[in-house]
Amino acid sequence: MPTAPNGRRVAVINGLRTPFAKAGTLLRNVPPVDLARHVARELLYRTELRGKEVDEVIFGQVVPSVLTPNVAREVSLLPQFPRTVPAFSLNRACASAAQAVTAGYDQIVLGHADVVVAGGVESLSQVPILHSRRFSEILVSASKARSFAARLGAVLKTRPRDLIPITPAIAEPSTGESMGQSAEKMAKENGISREAQDQYALMSHQRAAAATADGRLTAEIVPWFREDSGGDVIATDNGIRPDTSLEALADLRPVFDRRYGSVTAGNSSPLTDGASAVVLMAEETAAALGYTPGTFIRSYAVSAVDPGWQLLMGPVFAVPQALDRAGIGWQDVDVFEIHEAFAAQVLSNEQAWGSREWAQRLGRTAPVGRVDWDKTNLAGGSIAIGHPFGATGARLVTTLTNTMIERDAQFGLISICAQGGMGFAMVLERR
Amino acid sequence: MSAFDVAIDDGIAVITFDLPDQPVNVLSADARREFETLFSELKADERVRALVIISGKPGTFIAGADIEEFTALDSQDAAEALSRTGQDMVTRLAESSKPIVAAIHGTCLGGGLELALACHYRIATDHPKTQLGLPEVQLGLLPGAGGCQLLPRLIGARAALDMILAGRSVRATKALRLGLVDELVSPAILGSVASRAARRMADRRERRRRRRGVAGWLLDANPLGRQLVYRGARKQVLSKTGGHYPAPLAALDAVRTGLERGMRAGLIVEHKKFGELAVGDVSRKLVEIFFATTALKKDDGVSPGSAAAADVDLIGVVGSGFMGAAIAGTAVTKAQVEVRLKDTDVNRVAQGVGAARAILKRRYTRRRITKHEFARLDALLSGTAGYEGFGQADLIVEAVFEELDIKRKVLAEVETQVRDDAIFATNTSTIPITDIAAGAERPEHVLGMHFFSPVEKMPLLEVIPGAATSPRAVATAVAFGKRMGKTVIVVRDRPGFWVNRLLAPYLNEAGHLLVEGTPIDAIDRAMTRFGFPVGPLTLLDEVGLDVAQKGGQVMREAYGERLDPPGVIDALLADKRQGRKSGGGFYAYRKGRKHHPDDAVYRLLGIRPAEAISPETIEQRLVYLLLNEAAMAMDEDVVRSARDGDMGAIFGFGFPPFRGGPLRLIDDLGANRVVDMLRGLESAFGPRFAPAPGLVGMAESGDRFYRDRE
Repeated sequence: MPTAPNGRRVAVINGLRTPFAKAGTLLRNVPPVDLARHVARELLYRTELRGKEVDEVIFGQVVPSVLTPNVAREVSLLPQFPRTVPAFSLNRACASAAQAVTAGYDQIVLGHADVVVAGGVESLSQVPILHSRRFSEILVSASKARSFAARLGAVLKTRPRDLIPITPAIAEPSTGESMGQSAEKMAKENGISREAQDQYALMSHQRAAAATADGRLTAEIVPWFREDSGGDVIATDNGIRPDTSLEALADLRPVFDRRYGSVTAGNSSPLTDGASAVVLMAEETAAALGYTPGTFIRSYAVSAVDPGWQLLMGPVFAVPQALDRAGIGWQDVDVFEIHEAFAAQVLSNEQAWGSREWAQRLGRTAPVGRVDWDKTNLAGGSIAIGHPFGATGARLVTTLTNTMIERDAQFGLISICAQGGMGFAMVLERR
Repeated sequence: MSAFDVAIDDGIAVITFDLPDQPVNVLSADARREFETLFSELKADERVRALVIISGKPGTFIAGADIEEFTALDSQDAAEALSRTGQDMVTRLAESSKPIVAAIHGTCLGGGLELALACHYRIATDHPKTQLGLPEVQLGLLPGAGGCQLLPRLIGARAALDMILAGRSVRATKALRLGLVDELVSPAILGSVASRAARRMADRRERRRRRRGVAGWLLDANPLGRQLVYRGARKQVLSKTGGHYPAPLAALDAVRTGLERGMRAGLIVEHKKFGELAVGDVSRKLVEIFFATTALKKDDGVSPGSAAAADVDLIGVVGSGFMGAAIAGTAVTKAQVEVRLKDTDVNRVAQGVGAARAILKRRYTRRRITKHEFARLDALLSGTAGYEGFGQADLIVEAVFEELDIKRKVLAEVETQVRDDAIFATNTSTIPITDIAAGAERPEHVLGMHFFSPVEKMPLLEVIPGAATSPRAVATAVAFGKRMGKTVIVVRDRPGFWVNRLLAPYLNEAGHLLVEGTPIDAIDRAMTRFGFPVGPLTLLDEVGLDVAQKGGQVMREAYGERLDPPGVIDALLADKRQGRKSGGGFYAYRKGRKHHPDDAVYRLLGIRPAEAISPETIEQRLVYLLLNEAAMAMDEDVVRSARDGDMGAIFGFGFPPFRGGPLRLIDDLGANRVVDMLRGLESAFGPRFAPAPGLVGMAESGDRFYRDRE
């Protein structure tokens, strides 16, 4: 399925993101909606695109703010857009921004839109914190009380433990297993060693540091001007450690299984704040408006596995499906972007794609493919750069597009593992 | 055609005021007469139990009196009579046994508010266009149709004086808080709520309630407290007006008499004072300025029909320094356009965006805009170290360092980044526009926009076409300047343009006076006494001596010896004194505020200050030199009209409005007297006082700058 049945092709014109900052650091005072608006506005300017050309705005966000539940609409209410641009927000866990991109693709292919701004945002510094159920009830009945006495009576029912807040956990609601525990389980069951994980994390940091230094990563970043500290400029990601070493990584203690574990803060992606977005256009619209497409979206696929099994193995299923839909094989792909939730997850996915046993499970005659690290994650990955859940997908589309332009690569592939046992894959093509 | 339409329904007469063929409602003599007749009929009409007054205009209730009528008043008696007519009308309304409800949407000013005050119930819309005020003192008058009596009785002496003495309008929410209106409603239901209120009042089910806080009781409700209020108000008026404007004190007198000795006595003071003020010189001047301002608002800056202004939705500002940031901030705040603020270094951009945002934020912290409006306007502003977004820009304002080569380089660079029809405005005070445009690929789109600092506060903008500038570019810059809230004058591309041209000899002369031993404060005091908001040396400290030095040199080169700077600024700069920004200039500053004339300046210049020169001589030397330069610039057609010249002087550097402007002042004094004075000064102080040839010609022919009057 190289192109849609009706012949409509969808171009990625341009992509941009904010700097990614570890949660609780540089961007901790910035509401996620501001990050999303900032990146979308700058994307319009950098694309020299007027908001009136845009037909739809789609944003992904995994932990939405209670106050701005449809963050995409807040974006499309920027004064740079006419007030008449519809917008929706979606949640495909860690693949949300990638889902936003393919949702935009769908709208364009269907002929419902010609130009879409798609992206994602997350602030893990500003997750909503909830009151306990009992305290919420007390507040509601107090607000409904008609007299002061009744109000006082309601409030007096409060017990100290009612005041303990509930913070959203990064855990599977269906199993109660945290994401890190899942990674730990995958490392053990798939025999991924601590050293292999640390080695992988080191590569991610070294590559991201190099790509920052030579400008490949900074080119996709719009600087953020900090209002809370007298106009400091943040122009790079603050999770990348150019000077880290195997020794330094080896010194870290496992977090999820302190005795026998191997997953550490060093070989996992950090909690991160950030936003990213891309401009998508129908091929003929791009031509009419005078834009040169960066890449075209050729296919995508989503899969899901039992979260109680190995939570982050979804990509093993999604990638071959996306390749099949694209009508190409693994060997045709010139550049890969694999989302790094954990080194243990990337290495487990790699193992499965390359294994005969897995080929059988997938009903294939041969393994999906062998990861060539000289074609994969060339600018580092989420372990070093960071992973704002809702934003990573559009970062990958941007980075892959830029790499494909730079290398004049024909095919590129994105693989993302997501909460809930889901996997997401997308194939981009240059011509 | 009738200005009033009446609909009677179930005992309620709704009077709709809609002046035919006029954009707004004003209480002209005709309209007033028609209203009075109508009111008498309705009073006698047995079907009518209560009345509602509402406007048929979309954005005004009643904008006030017809100011044209004031200019026609040829005697104090006639003016007094006009005031009495107004007073009689509001008295009849106030004393009506049938309740009257004012339904106010849009501007409700002057006579319009006085009419509303005479009603028994006021409903206003909670809409930003709804503004209520008594702006009469701004025209050198006082509210002469009972306003000085009714307003303090309704909202207390303190709040009433706040509104009357400054002529300041209040928005609907503030009006409700003050008790000026009884309720706020959405515009959609104004009419029906007003009718309902009228019916309720006719049924006598409604009683007016008044609330006063503790401060209100202490200050407004007892004679002792009111004395405090009067004294405070008087002091404030004197410090603000320097005693040059009689109207606020007259209004204070009318309010005070009314409150202390009764309504009748108050009304008499009110119309007597109105009569005096209306034919007085100050009011005449202020009314002229009002007309000139109105005319300038309608003036698109080019000869009629020659070009239309281009739409401006997005501007690029190049240079995120002090000026650039202030231009960006003002554009976002006032013109509400998208702004891309650009500089070469991203840290400088961030600084500039922060400074621009601070201008907007001030409006929010002062509650001029809501949190949501702030967020929307804030999102219009963004910064970049590249040219991203400039491809969509309609207008570029360049505010980089004042250096010809740099400005040319920026222009050349910008031209490669913008649309072919984008307009490029350079903000300069010293460099000829034609020189900057010389290397341009599209010089027809290049012109000057000379902003004054601080941009967000200074009301004037000079738009300067270069030799090749198209009328479209001029019209666009003028229109955009107006959207930024500026009074815009189009000025010829001559060194100094208009404002700095007039200031050059004036500021030089302050230096000469200082070198001759005149104390710093004596020089400044002579000019504040003349009516300037600040004296010339304070002005220099504010502008910055480095900036002034550069400007002075340019003027010297352009116009020769008569503008030779006296060397004072060089001496101060050699001592690292740049004015207020560096913490010291002619004055010493403490915490950024002017504190006292700095004796060190005298030592630096090797002089011993002595009040040897009389304040009159100081005034003559400074003022006549300025008048002479204005006449010279008029000879060179630097401005298009005397009106533009006077507006430029008043709004550009605070030439005393009650004197009407330098050209008006020459007309008032008579060119022959000005020439005589200059000749006298010339023989005493040197050739820089030699009268302008054009002025000499006018003295001989008896010609005037304003030929349309007298």
